[in-house]
Amino acid sequence: MTTFTLNGRTVWVHSPNDAPLLWVIRDELGLTGTKFGCGIGMCGACTVHVEGRATRSYITAVGAVAGAKVTTIEGLDPEGRHPLQTAWIELQVPQCGYCQSGQIMQAATLLKDYPNPTDQDINAVMAGSLCRCMTYLRIRKAIKLAAGRMREGATRG
Amino acid sequence: MTRPAVSATVPPNTVPFPLSVRFLQEGWKILCFRSSRYRPDPAKDAQWNRGAYLAQAVSDCGGCHTPRNALGGEKLRDAYAGTVVDNWIAPPLTEANPSPVLWTQEELFSYLRTGVDPLHGAAAATMTPIIRDGLDLPVVPDSDVSAIALYISDIDHAGARESNVEAATREALQNSSLGSGQDYDPDANLCASVCLSCHYNTGTVPLPARPELALNSALSLPEPTNFIQAVLRGIGNTEGAPGLVMPAYASSFTDAELARLAAYLRRTRTTRPPWTDLENKVSGVRRELTASH
Repeated sequence: MTTFTLNGRTVWVHSPNDAPLLWVIRDELGLTGTKFGCGIGMCGACTVHVEGRATRSYITAVGAVAGAKVTTIEGLDPEGRHPLQTAWIELQVPQCGYCQSGQIMQAATLLKDYPNPTDQDINAVMAGSLCRCMTYLRIRKAIKLAAGRMREGATRG
Repeated sequence: MTRPAVSATVPPNTVPFPLSVRFLQEGWKILCFRSSRYRPDPAKDAQWNRGAYLAQAVSDCGGCHTPRNALGGEKLRDAYAGTVVDNWIAPPLTEANPSPVLWTQEELFSYLRTGVDPLHGAAAATMTPIIRDGLDLPVVPDSDVSAIALYISDIDHAGARESNVEAATREALQNSSLGSGQDYDPDANLCASVCLSCHYNTGTVPLPARPELALNSALSLPEPTNFIQAVLRGIGNTEGAPGLVMPAYASSFTDAELARLAAYLRRTRTTRPPWTDLENKVSGVRRELTASH
């Protein structure tokens, strides 16, 4: 049995230690916002946060996050209104939507590290998050929109 | 007693013959073990002597970091020269240590206290219990860890060598984004899709939560063992820095792909000579990993 914190609540799971964290989140704990993509950590669809850092949940064993704080797209913001999420809606970023929760989780870590990201920062950090609908340009735009608002919020707050 | 007694059998000794014959240990001790009390070095100060005592007599740093002879005795002439333990490299603690930034007392303290030093990398495998259990707070105070750090930093003569933190960091960060461009280079693309979302850095100092590959000891060591181990196994929450988890890429790469990635990072992130026979080394580490599960 493994214990960790999922979106602020302590959870005890029975899956074996080497079970992929993604399966535990989706099948055992029932949160399906995080998606299964390539299964080998090359596309970014399964990205969640472990202690606030974007992490590919399918190739992370649940035993590896014992005692850690895990956040999924459902827990990124209590009302689903993280600046990235509102920018995403405003600019209508998604097409099919499948990769987008992973994109947003990865972008959230990017903005935590680099609040004013350049194109190079975005390219480097987001390159591991693939989108087969090619929404990349809007993803970039939405990241910059959210970054601007978060900086504004930071100066106002 | 609120619980009934259970009957338990003592697990059998799994040490292979002839090592399982206990009295043979006496012979080994005559050949390879000297029992003595730590004698302070009067030429050094109290903190150094405290560190030397803790490192030699209590922590037994040499147990892993000093190579052994055919009989399993430590080769004292090669003290702290580095060796292989449990299929990981215990790096040299001497001047032979190739990490780009010098291991100063400060760097060693940060590594031994927290399990990670942003300018060198994170602890994993057999070093984890040393840091998390052996040197754990509050049992082992900062002053003792600091003393060990002073003693070890004296082994590699960090104090006498010129600090290169700034130059090495600057150089490392210049290379941090290599591979993130749009060019068609299959090796760079591997690096971009797998490594950079977490390991990319910009600016003048690497972020502690983004371990900088160009500064990481695993890429500078003469052999790729630790790099391959870290990529295949990942780093769990109970290893390295608390809260930093690296996924395990064992099922993501073929041996040939991981060999390409290793060669690419060695080529672009360090100035060291290329690793050789990479594909076989990857498959060797993978075999050991599968066998140990």
